[in-house]
Amino acid sequence: MNPQLTRRHFIKGVIFSASAAASGAGYYIASAASRSPGAVERLISLNVNGRVRRVDVLPQETLAHTLRYRLNLTGTKLACNRGECGACTVMLDDIANYSCSVLTHQVKDRAVITVEGLRAEDGTLHPVQQAFIEELSPQCGFCTPGQVVAAAALLRANPNPTREEARQGLSGNLCRCGAYDHYLNGVMRAAELMA
Amino acid sequence: MPSHDVMPDMELYQPVQVEDALALAARLGERGWLLGGGQDTYGWLKDRAKRAEALIDLNGIAALRGISETADGIEIGALTSLTEIATSPLINQRYGVLAAAAGRVASPQIRNAGTLGGNVSQDVRCWYYRRGLDCYRAGGNLCYADTPEGMNREHAIFGQSRCVAASPSDTAPALVALDASMVIRSENGERVMPAADYFVGPAIDIRNTTALRTGEILTAVRIPSTWANASFYFEKVADRNVWDFALVSIAVAMKLNGDTISDSRFVAGAVECKPRRLLDVEAAVRGKPRDAATAQSLGDLASRGARTLAHNQYKVPLLNNLVRRALHIA
Repeated sequence: MNPQLTRRHFIKGVIFSASAAASGAGYYIASAASRSPGAVERLISLNVNGRVRRVDVLPQETLAHTLRYRLNLTGTKLACNRGECGACTVMLDDIANYSCSVLTHQVKDRAVITVEGLRAEDGTLHPVQQAFIEELSPQCGFCTPGQVVAAAALLRANPNPTREEARQGLSGNLCRCGAYDHYLNGVMRAAELMA
Repeated sequence: MPSHDVMPDMELYQPVQVEDALALAARLGERGWLLGGGQDTYGWLKDRAKRAEALIDLNGIAALRGISETADGIEIGALTSLTEIATSPLINQRYGVLAAAAGRVASPQIRNAGTLGGNVSQDVRCWYYRRGLDCYRAGGNLCYADTPEGMNREHAIFGQSRCVAASPSDTAPALVALDASMVIRSENGERVMPAADYFVGPAIDIRNTTALRTGEILTAVRIPSTWANASFYFEKVADRNVWDFALVSIAVAMKLNGDTISDSRFVAGAVECKPRRLLDVEAAVRGKPRDAATAQSLGDLASRGARTLAHNQYKVPLLNNLVRRALHIA
């Protein structure tokens, strides 16, 4: 199979061409022209994973949407899209937030870190990622990016948590496989790796 | 119900001065929507159950954030996050009941984004109402919850008046217990009202859970020194320890004179559309020791006058037991 033609790229291509056809550039130009005085500009700069990105963002757009569909950072998952599962967790200035429940326009002055931004420049995995591999923390893996970011945020605030503190720190992330104890093992090992 | 990925078209304003936000709130009127942490807002808008033409994002207003000491107590900006309140050394030291309540809201991520002003001003969680049905609270002329087949396990046992929804806020009972007051500003000036009057039930106003009117912004909460360093108790019972709203919660402040209770505040959450002060309990424990005997002597005083619905009778013993526990867990 052609490695360039992955399933994800194929699906993205289909979605992009369909939405481009359906939305029509004319609509966006019209709505931009009718913008009320004082309301936000759509073209903004975002600091994502240490890079400044210029991006065109609707006033009501959530950060999860911008990350996945405009910046192609699909590691951030959208599951419930209403702040009840944690799969979309990202760090805003080192603090864990649900990216489905924050407007992109609210993070213009904040540093956004997604799961893609955790590993080092040379590709070395973040201690949480390494520990999750060693402890076989994920089962199906869908909630894992959110768990990784929540754990990394916890360890930034509290580098040496008790197991109970780790449990509280990850309590905003659901895992439908029920691999919670494995994730907790991973967090405790990550704290050791970082020590 | 389907949750839409993207919210409908809206304008977004991001003022950095309170005065600009007040001017926007006055100009936009019913078409505007004040945005704090947004943790209640986005659900309404994504579900298309409520609409707004413009969001007024208050998060950029530095003057609305932070905890400061005043001549008589503390003042908390309405945009201060629940995490900041739950972890503030000052609040933990003097007003532990508020820190405990803020720390039990939803999940860590929601507490990081959610604000005190939003937590006390959030709308009720009745799913018929949030589904967008034309119930009394939504301007219609019937209640879907208070029917023989209605799902009303989480609803109120006191103070129903056409609407039977319960107050969802964890911090609201704590603020009433601390005799807090709410600072409300509009273009016409400032008014300060007791927390107990800020929350309103359906008999007084069926469309709003607070006294906040269009064009007004809750800017701060003031907590007097009256109950500083008192003996506190907070407990929230919910189906899950994370995310879920209270089935019943209790916030208690007690002043002890030697072994006896000289004065107290007992306030329950999620039993009425507003925090419910248990005045009979406060009167009954005055002058009594904080012990198991006093707890037992109360009997069903806390729940007297309750009117239960088809599925929420369990709230009666739950409320009575939480009051007892506040008295005999030191």
